[in-house]
Amino acid sequence: MLFELREVSLTRAGRTVLDAIDAGVPAGTSAIVGPSGSGKSTLLRLLNRLTDPDGGEIRYRGKPLDAYDPLVLRREVALVPQLPALLDGSVGSNLAYAADLAGRELDSARCLRLAGLGPEYAERDVAKLSVGEQQRAMLSRALAQGPRVLLLDEPTSALDHDARDAIEAALAELRRALEISVVLVTHDPEQARRLGEWVVRLEAGRVVDAGPLERVLA
Amino acid sequence: MIARAALAASVHVSPGQVAASLALVALAAAISFWWKADLERDIGIAAVRSLIQLTAIGYAIKLIFEADTIWLVFALLAVMVLFGALTARTRARKVPGAFWPLLIALAVAGASTLGLVVALGIFEATARYLVPVGGMVIGNAMTASAVALNRLGDEVGDSRARIEATLALGATAREAAMPIVRRSLRSGMITLVDSTKTTGLIFFPGTMVGMLLAGANPTDAVRLQLILLYALLGSIAVAALVATGLAYRNFFTPAQQLREPA
Repeated sequence: MLFELREVSLTRAGRTVLDAIDAGVPAGTSAIVGPSGSGKSTLLRLLNRLTDPDGGEIRYRGKPLDAYDPLVLRREVALVPQLPALLDGSVGSNLAYAADLAGRELDSARCLRLAGLGPEYAERDVAKLSVGEQQRAMLSRALAQGPRVLLLDEPTSALDHDARDAIEAALAELRRALEISVVLVTHDPEQARRLGEWVVRLEAGRVVDAGPLERVLA
Repeated sequence: MIARAALAASVHVSPGQVAASLALVALAAAISFWWKADLERDIGIAAVRSLIQLTAIGYAIKLIFEADTIWLVFALLAVMVLFGALTARTRARKVPGAFWPLLIALAVAGASTLGLVVALGIFEATARYLVPVGGMVIGNAMTASAVALNRLGDEVGDSRARIEATLALGATAREAAMPIVRRSLRSGMITLVDSTKTTGLIFFPGTMVGMLLAGANPTDAVRLQLILLYALLGSIAVAALVATGLAYRNFFTPAQQLREPA
C-alpha cells in the first residue's frame, strides 16, 4: 500500500472530523468520495502533513509519516488544494518557485503541457487567468517539483463542463505519461468512476467502504 | 553634542491654561456626538487618562532628573517597554502570543536607538536626554509594531489558502509567510515615513513646536527635531522588523504547518 491509515482520528473545535479511520490507499489512481463535510479534504491534508492527526498512525511506503521531514515529504507528495492559490506574478514564476524549492531543473513547457496548457501560459499573469486556468496552473506548478504522488482536492469543483473535461483529460494523460500515483478527493461518484481505480468512501468522518472501483461503486 | 542651551529654554504653564485647552476636547466630543461616531466615552477616557498619566510621569521624571541616576532611567524605560507591549497587544489580538514579540521588539528598538545616539555622541547618557528621547522612541516603536502585527493578523487570516498552498510545495513557514511579513513590516513603517516626508510642509512635529513655544532658537529646534525624526525612523524599522519577524512564527507549528485559528 502507498498509504496505510490505522485508527486515525482528528477533532477540530470540539467536532469529530475523522473518527478512528482504517484504510489503505494503493499506488495508482485512488478516489476518496463522500458528501460535503465527511472529512475528505482533511484526510487528504493529513497525507502530506499539512495537518497531523490527534490519534492513530499514517504510514507512507511502509514508514510512519512523521518519520519524514515534512518539507521533503511535501515535495514528493504534492497537494493541489481545492481553491487555486497561486503566488503573485506569472505562471512561469510560480513554476520556477516550485522547481527551485524541489531543487529541480524546470521544463516549464512540459509541465504546462501535462496540465493541458500551452507554453505561452508561462508569461501570463496569474491574476488574469480564469479559475479553470488557475486550477491547471496549480497542477502544473505541482508537476514542476517532479512529485511521486499527487493529492488533488476537488480539482474540478469550481469549473464548467468543458474545463472539467480538460482537467480530467490532463489527469488521464498524466497517469499515462508519468508514473505518478494520484489520490483524488471528489464529491462526485461519476468522476471517481471516470478516473479512479481504487475508492475510499467516507461518511461523517468514518470509512464506510474501501476497495477496487468495480466493487465499491458497483 | 546638542547644546544644553537648546534644551534649557523653559516656559511656565498654569493649570488654568491646561483647563482652558479642554475646550478642544469638548469640541471633539461634540463632533462625535453630533455625527454619532460613538467616541464620546473614549474621548473622555483619553483626556482623563492623559491628564493622570502625564502628571504622574511628570513627577516621576522630575524625581529622576533630580536623582540623576542612570539605573532609575533604565527602570523607567523598562516600565515604558512593558506597558507599550501590553498596549500594543490589544491591537494585535489575531496574533497568537503577541506579547513576547512586542516586548522584545520595543526593548530592542529602544536599546539600539538610544545606544546608537549615545555612541555617536548626539546625546549624553544622562536622564535629561535618555528619558524624553526614550519615551518618544518607545512610543513610536509601540505604534509601529502594533500596526504591523495588526496587519499581520489580518493578512494571515485572509491568506490562509495561499500560505497553505505554498507550504504544500515544501516551502518553510518563513518562505510561505515572507510576502505577508514584508507587507506587515511596510504598513508598520509607512505612516512615519510619510509624515517625515511632509514634516515642515503640512505639519510641525511636537518637539519643534514645544521648543518654539518654550522660546528656543528656531535653528536649534529644527536640528533637534531632525535628530529625533531620524532616530524614530530607525527605531520604528527595528521595532516592526523584530515584532513581525518573531510573531509570524507563532502562526506555525514546528512541523511547518499553519495553526488552526483560535
